[in-house]
Amino acid sequence: MNEFWHLSSVIALLAGVTFLTRALPFMVLGRVADHPLLEHLGRFLPPIVMVLLVIYSFKNDVAFSLDFLPELGCLLLVTALHLAFRQALISIVGGTAMYMLLMQIGVG
Amino acid sequence: MSLSPLNALVLRTSLPVMFGYLPLGAAFGVLFSELDYHWLYATAMGLFIYAGAGQFLAVGLLANQATLTEMAVATLLINSRHIFYGLSLISRMPNRGWRRLYQIFGLTDETYSLITATPLPADIDRGQFQLRITAVNQLYWVIGCTLGAWLGSQLEFNTAGIAFVLPALFMVLTIEQYKHLRDMRPFIAALLIGFGTLLLISREQMLLIAILLSLSVLMMQYAAHRSPRGPEA
Repeated sequence: MNEFWHLSSVIALLAGVTFLTRALPFMVLGRVADHPLLEHLGRFLPPIVMVLLVIYSFKNDVAFSLDFLPELGCLLLVTALHLAFRQALISIVGGTAMYMLLMQIGVG
Repeated sequence: MSLSPLNALVLRTSLPVMFGYLPLGAAFGVLFSELDYHWLYATAMGLFIYAGAGQFLAVGLLANQATLTEMAVATLLINSRHIFYGLSLISRMPNRGWRRLYQIFGLTDETYSLITATPLPADIDRGQFQLRITAVNQLYWVIGCTLGAWLGSQLEFNTAGIAFVLPALFMVLTIEQYKHLRDMRPFIAALLIGFGTLLLISREQMLLIAILLSLSVLMMQYAAHRSPRGPEA
């Protein structure tokens, strides 16, 4: 039962926080939606956040060592696949399959 | 029996999202099954949280026994981009009441792009179209999460490295952002700020600090480009 309450509270909390981020513009920004500062942030913040999330994914192994080569190679594969086909599914599955293969044959 | 024109359009439009959400949801489910909780919790997360990156992050946080506060802050940060994605929809959502609430709840990146980018024939009701797109997209996601978690609990297979779906997803979104923006500056700035924060300031708090630094840079840049006599807020 302990597990039930722990997971239920985690799910309720994350559900609330996620809904909040989606509802916030509708709740408070409706009146200022056309303010130029908001447009400026809306234009440039998303690309910055995406790059930061890529870096953040590897925060524990970015050490400029050879250990990072498989990750880097697979990110390049994702990029190449995406530039070639522009199908998110192909890019993500291709890169992840290659990474799993490298991990499971003991590279990295 | 044949589908109504509305449902046919909804299914046709949402097909690419189905091919994205089923396997991505299943990847989440398999990852979740590594935690050895009942697979139904994965279904519940797809139903109530319904956020790709957020749910992947939650698996990592659960595995590391993060506190509730850490989970709330991390989820807020990873989803904060939604704040900027939802802006343009405020005046383009005809539904009211619970329908509008459900649509806001279900406003993922993919749903947003479908309902903003699909041209509608004159005989199709915009509100109904938006609502059904939101619902079928979530259905694909919940099925994917459930299948993955159930399979992961039944079968024994080596999932080492599967967490790479998350950086791969972010990489794809980064490329999509570039194709949309066609401007290298924010990407270079993000690389500098991201690695700078990681190496010089803090590894643990990297995301929060880097986003705050980026916000400051963007606001200074905004202020510098506007004359002191420009319109006030």
